[in-house]
Amino acid sequence: MNLTLKIWRQKDSNAKGQMVDYKVTDISEHMSFLEMMDVLNEQLVNAGEEPVAFDHDCREGICGMCSMYINGEAHGPDRGITTCQLHMRMFNDGDTITIEPFRAAAFPVIKDLVVDRMAFERIQQAGGYISVNTSGNTQDANSLPISKHAADEAMDAATCIGCGACVATCKNSSAMLFVGAKVSQYALLPQGQVEAADRVKNMVAQMDLEGFGNCTNTGACEVECPKGISLENIARMNRELMKANIS
Amino acid sequence: MALDSKVPKGPIKDKWTDYKNHIDLVNPANKRHIDIIVVGTGLAGGSAAATLAELGYNVKAFAYQDSPRRAHSIAAQGGINAAKNYQGDGDSTYRLFYDTVKGGDYRSREANVHRLAEVSGNIIDQCVAQGVPFARDYGGLLDNRSFGGVLVSRTFYAKGQTGQQLLLGAYSAMNRQIARGKIEMFNRHEMLDVVKVDGKARGIIARNLITGEIERHSAHAVVIATGGYGNVYFLSTNAMGSNATAAWKIHKKGAYFANPCYTQIHPTCIPRSGDYQSKLTLMSESLRNDGRIWVPAKIEDAQAIQQGKLKPTDLAEEDRDYYLERRYPAFGNLVPRDVASRAAKERCDAGYGVNATGEAVYLDFAAAIQRYGKEQAKIQNIDNPSEGKIYELGQAIVEAKYGNLFQMYEKIVDENPYKTPMMIYPATHYTMGGVWVDYNLMTTVEGLYCIGEANFSDHGANRLGASALMQGLADGYFVLPYTIGDYLSDDIRTGKIPTDTKEFDEAEKEVKGRIDFFINNNGTKSVDHFHKRLGKVMWDKVGMARNEKGLKEAMAEIKAIREEFWKEVKVPGSADEMNTELEKAGRVADFLELGELFAKDALVREESCGGHFREESVELDGPQKGEAKRNDKDFAFVSAWEYKGEPADAVLHKEELEFNDIELKQRSYK
Ligand SMILES: Cc1cc2nc3c(=O)[nH]c(=O)nc-3n(C[C@H](O)[C@H](O)[C@H](O)COP(=O)(O)OP(=O)(O)OC[C@H]3O[C@@H](n4cnc5c(N)ncnc54)[C@H](O)[C@@H]3O)c2cc1C
Ligand code: SF4
Ligand code: FES
Repeated sequence: MNLTLKIWRQKDSNAKGQMVDYKVTDISEHMSFLEMMDVLNEQLVNAGEEPVAFDHDCREGICGMCSMYINGEAHGPDRGITTCQLHMRMFNDGDTITIEPFRAAAFPVIKDLVVDRMAFERIQQAGGYISVNTSGNTQDANSLPISKHAADEAMDAATCIGCGACVATCKNSSAMLFVGAKVSQYALLPQGQVEAADRVKNMVAQMDLEGFGNCTNTGACEVECPKGISLENIARMNRELMKANIS
Repeated sequence: MALDSKVPKGPIKDKWTDYKNHIDLVNPANKRHIDIIVVGTGLAGGSAAATLAELGYNVKAFAYQDSPRRAHSIAAQGGINAAKNYQGDGDSTYRLFYDTVKGGDYRSREANVHRLAEVSGNIIDQCVAQGVPFARDYGGLLDNRSFGGVLVSRTFYAKGQTGQQLLLGAYSAMNRQIARGKIEMFNRHEMLDVVKVDGKARGIIARNLITGEIERHSAHAVVIATGGYGNVYFLSTNAMGSNATAAWKIHKKGAYFANPCYTQIHPTCIPRSGDYQSKLTLMSESLRNDGRIWVPAKIEDAQAIQQGKLKPTDLAEEDRDYYLERRYPAFGNLVPRDVASRAAKERCDAGYGVNATGEAVYLDFAAAIQRYGKEQAKIQNIDNPSEGKIYELGQAIVEAKYGNLFQMYEKIVDENPYKTPMMIYPATHYTMGGVWVDYNLMTTVEGLYCIGEANFSDHGANRLGASALMQGLADGYFVLPYTIGDYLSDDIRTGKIPTDTKEFDEAEKEVKGRIDFFINNNGTKSVDHFHKRLGKVMWDKVGMARNEKGLKEAMAEIKAIREEFWKEVKVPGSADEMNTELEKAGRVADFLELGELFAKDALVREESCGGHFREESVELDGPQKGEAKRNDKDFAFVSAWEYKGEPADAVLHKEELEFNDIELKQRSYK
């Protein structure tokens, strides 16, 4: 296929960015989207130009590093995947593809398509853990049976990869799905109960401090989330928060 | 320098306990005055950083990604081993120890492996306490699966995302310490050199990958936890950024590099589809629990399939060659990885491959779907279930077990693996070789430690599935925190290590010099161009099967590519900004040296063991005819290489391996 790419170029966080047009040719439908970007970058390097900076690492949908906004959708067309799992067979010969960074006030652009997601880190640091030291004398793992149902549900929440697509998609740039997933994982497990109230209060407070917007229940985040994190997690977080504020 | 493994005296089962009882400790008040640098925050580095900070040390941790949660460990799918014997199937510390030594083809250090098996149970306890949502059975207890090369079920898992959940556990422990100020986290930073003062590791030089700034960081000890070097093959299942730079830089500063030729080529990866391919995707080994591996029995059928004229589902049972079940009846599809990979290569080289490139074999779930379907029909009291019903019930079970892997496969290959068998082929996956360390996990440089995949210690010539996660967390949570304390007990009066010294000046100058070279070089070819060429030589001549002639050619070719690289490489942009080509250039420069040492190591080891297969060393007759032949008389040692300038000039030091608790035997999986 031959394609036209409209890509956001921005030298650094202070520079003003703009969309720039590029052409790529002979793209195979079996390529991944990022392999198509590799082709473009090889082309740019050979022409002595600066390649397009973009985040990526695992290229199998689990590290959460890749983060493009493609044709107006976080991680592009196709559902339940990250950008690195998007394949060119989703596009047609002659298409024009717009590629932008994830946009949100809390995710400033570092360069081109690379954004700063440190806000997510600080939210996790505010309470995304169970306070247990490494000792080698913790109780035997099987002395605490946990119902399969609760364990499976906790696992579903825990699969969030911290990519930020939920924020990029939300018209309010809300981070509720991301935070709700972590709060839920621990809320569903007995180990998480002791600190439950403080955890939810601290994480939500940090989220607000970072400048993420409010949730107005449009549900766009759930649709775009590559890991299928459900809105149920936001509801659970709200219940946890209410419980914490009452007690 | 003579290698001293510092293995404690005494019976193997008491060594670690005795050791812990007799080491020097640092009191809590003094720990506050001691700084430790941890480079890499995957499972090994993340668990170490968290634990050291909990103990009270000041930790500075570094990662090239934007968060510790994104380290390559996140991609591990299948599971983590531990000798809990929850299934009551006869597992024990001894059996895990034995399986690991045997699986490693008797090329690992007994005392280290035993310690690993001893602490394995603690890892599971610790992770559960952190809230890691391992899979459970209906009674609420932890579930297990089995992995290749063993006869018990000891693998704990969290769906197909075990590495993710374990890493998020370590990450959460780190976050707690970051919030307390005990860990200072440097994301998007790359270590580019280690700084030695009076022979001891006292700091590092790192580049801020956002601003390009070159920074000096000092500490009383430095821990390298930067993962494996599989990307020396260009294509591998490793993350794109996985690199050998930190390990190679410390090698050049005096840390011996051990067994570089021990690489694991994983049997179940998605075959490559074209020249543009940037990485290979692993299909978890757990699939071999239920999938049967086969190729057509007749060459004409294979050719028809390669040309797209025949479908696998058209072939009758008797026209299929389940070659692993045929060759290895005892272990069947669950033989260790090296054995499974070579067997696939053997069939494909003979012309029986099943895709257009001829480099693929089938992994088939039809039998498992039938088996589970019938079982479910019984459980649900369905009399005379129809074929359709059985299939439906069976598919549901397979989906529950492997659904996300099947989905991943379908997304990549665009074929439905429930309907047609998956295609798989071996790919580079893990490096058993790495920085040489003693029992304390210290390298040959004082105060410089190496943990996780980056070191060489526990897996010998072949790693068993689900044992890397175990080793990374064992090193970080339960071993290093003790051994490093013993060393640091001498440093309580040292005080802060200044960075305005000539040692830091020199290291920084060297790092900057190299960066300036890349930026100013008037080359014509991209970094990837060289990386791909290196990868091809490595795969063709230093891959699954190696011989003397090929290895000598590989050494010469790699050297030639390296020389051309330094003349012709082109890096656009500048040094003082985010510059991904510059990052890659530094990493590939190091791979180009490591690759040659790798080939040299393979050349010197004139035996076949584990992942290292020398065509000259096979059994010539008897029941094991054609199988790899180990040579214990001449090669029961660790090769530890000392840097002397050109990789070809590296000097070999041998650590003789002693086996007192396990009898050396030929590995037989027949
Ligand atoms: C697809 C896949 C599946 C796997 N599945 C399993 C499994 O099921 N079970 C199992 O036991 N093992 C599995 N493995 C192997 C296992 O995942 C790895 O061996 C293990 O996670 C390595 O952990 P680590 O902490 O040593 O290194 P990594 O997780 O690779 O971490 C390396 C760290 O070092 C940092 N780093 C690297 N270079 C630098 C530098 N120069 N400067 C600063 N920081 C740097 C990185 O940022 C990162 O934080 C799998 C591997 C792959 C590829
Ligand atoms: S909730 Fe989904 S979209 Fe949001 S960060 Fe997690 S994985 Fe990404
Ligand atoms: S690169 Fe890891 S999720 Fe896309």
